[in-house]
Amino acid sequence: MKAIFTKTAGLSDRPFHYCPGCTHGIIHRLIGELLEEMNLIEHTIGVAPVGCSGFCENYFTCDMIGAAHGRAVAVATGAKRARPDRFIFTYQGDGDGASIGLAETMSAAARGEKITSIFVNNCIYGMTGGQMAPTSLVGQKTSTSPYGRDAATMGYPLDLPKVLTQIEGAVYVASVSVDSPQAIKDAKKVLRKAFQVQLDGLGYSFVSILSTCPTNWGVNPVEALEWLQTKMKPHFALGELKVPATEGGSEA
Amino acid sequence: MALLMKGNEAIAEAAIQAGCRLFYGYPITPSTEIPEYMAKKMKAVGGTYLQAESEIAAIYMVYGAGAVGERVMTGTSSPGFSLMQEGLSFLFAAEIPCVIVDVMRGGPGLGGLGPTQADYFQLTKGGGHGDYHAIVLAPFSVQEMVDLTKEAFDLADYYRNLVIIAADGILGQMMEPVEFPPVAGRKLEPKTWAASGAEGRPKNNVLSYYLTPELGEAENLRWGEKMSRIKETEQRFVEYEMEDADYAFVAFGTSSRITETAVDMLREEGIKVGLYRPVTLWPFPEKGLTARLNQIKGWMSIELSAGQMVDDVKLVVNGKAPVGFYGRQGGMTPEPEEVAAAFKAQLLGGE
Repeated sequence: MKAIFTKTAGLSDRPFHYCPGCTHGIIHRLIGELLEEMNLIEHTIGVAPVGCSGFCENYFTCDMIGAAHGRAVAVATGAKRARPDRFIFTYQGDGDGASIGLAETMSAAARGEKITSIFVNNCIYGMTGGQMAPTSLVGQKTSTSPYGRDAATMGYPLDLPKVLTQIEGAVYVASVSVDSPQAIKDAKKVLRKAFQVQLDGLGYSFVSILSTCPTNWGVNPVEALEWLQTKMKPHFALGELKVPATEGGSEA
Repeated sequence: MALLMKGNEAIAEAAIQAGCRLFYGYPITPSTEIPEYMAKKMKAVGGTYLQAESEIAAIYMVYGAGAVGERVMTGTSSPGFSLMQEGLSFLFAAEIPCVIVDVMRGGPGLGGLGPTQADYFQLTKGGGHGDYHAIVLAPFSVQEMVDLTKEAFDLADYYRNLVIIAADGILGQMMEPVEFPPVAGRKLEPKTWAASGAEGRPKNNVLSYYLTPELGEAENLRWGEKMSRIKETEQRFVEYEMEDADYAFVAFGTSSRITETAVDMLREEGIKVGLYRPVTLWPFPEKGLTARLNQIKGWMSIELSAGQMVDDVKLVVNGKAPVGFYGRQGGMTPEPEEVAAAFKAQLLGGE
């Protein structure tokens, strides 16, 4: 009998620790499949963050380095400069990439580091139990914004990919979601491009993926997808926000 | 052939000769000649100099390069060294070998640009969180900066531990004749643990966390054993006029040079005094000091700080003799006459 779907060699057999309805698992699978399809598993060094995905080194079958909170991009930079022949990616949450590690993200982009960052945005701090994130929406209730995020005192959500499009060294910037079968397919295409940009040595590639956190949003998995679609999507620029010059983009 | 070089440049050249091909750093006085030298020379040897956006990023770039198994260094000065402390804790836990240079300057705060030794606690007690130690080497001349830098890379690889070169604003900036003799080096195992790409082997993870307290304790005990091994085998010190001494100074780096002169002055007056100079600040060289406990009637720590190493001296002397202290702070250095006078006042009852 012909197998029409198998688990990717890019992922181990270890069961995910993620909550029901969380989309980290889908994103992991897409990355694992691409590492396998692009023949990268043995040539890849992944950098794990601190946060819910801080244990992702248990799942990816490539070599992995565990970074401190917010420092994944600096770690990846150090590794890539040491081994330019390797494919290097960071897997980070919104707190990691857009708050505590914002300087590292922006600076790596400015230098055009030939690495790929996968930025999983669920508008909340998951690992620590549902605190306000740099991407939390105005009015969003979290354990540290219990009356809702008040723009006057807590500011506004940061749309990091949109900001990165302004940086010359960030040559491929995309923002996608994985909330439907079609969206998952599209996300994989975007990730493949981001990986290829690094393999072609063009510069920094960055893919933001809108993700769910039913546990800390206080909703069930189905409601979480609705929340993502109705609340999150209107607040974040989506699509391929910047493509390399070879595709008619604005790369210098 | 001897070359006339600044201490900072000599460290950088020694690192390149030790096979370091990656330098990540952020400019800060009085250590800036290290990144400048690296920026100029790395290209010629096929290495990489990269200017990080901050010392925080620099130390994590070091972490990334060390984790893939390459020899890597950064250099900084006190405020920058403070910024790196989180990274040092992570480097220790992930057991990533690397070499860090701290060319100490005045503090606390932004402080001043003059030399101090006031990072001693931060260097030797672990400035970051958790139970850890770096191996800390304290040169007192430009030549020793070369010799210890070369050795630092071997020590780092051998023990899979971070190694810090503790210099100060004077040592970094002054010029002395220096030679770069070939070094045999230690026999080192291949870095089979490195996360360098899993070609033809099972995958590697380089991590700094543990999920259960049981595992956490086991890891800490294992690291503790490593620390004990280093303490047992790597203590270094140099003695000056100690053989017949009744009294002894303890001083390292720049303050030990000044103290040497004070020893000569006091000996001319017929006072039998010597100098015990720690070369490793961690592990503190207890053994050599302990061996002199029955001989020395009084000890005195001379430091460019409010008195930090003196605590370690007191721990070893353990009440068997008085332990004095004299120091200058904020970038000031004592004259040998001041050191001699302080010695007389504190240990000879004001003779």
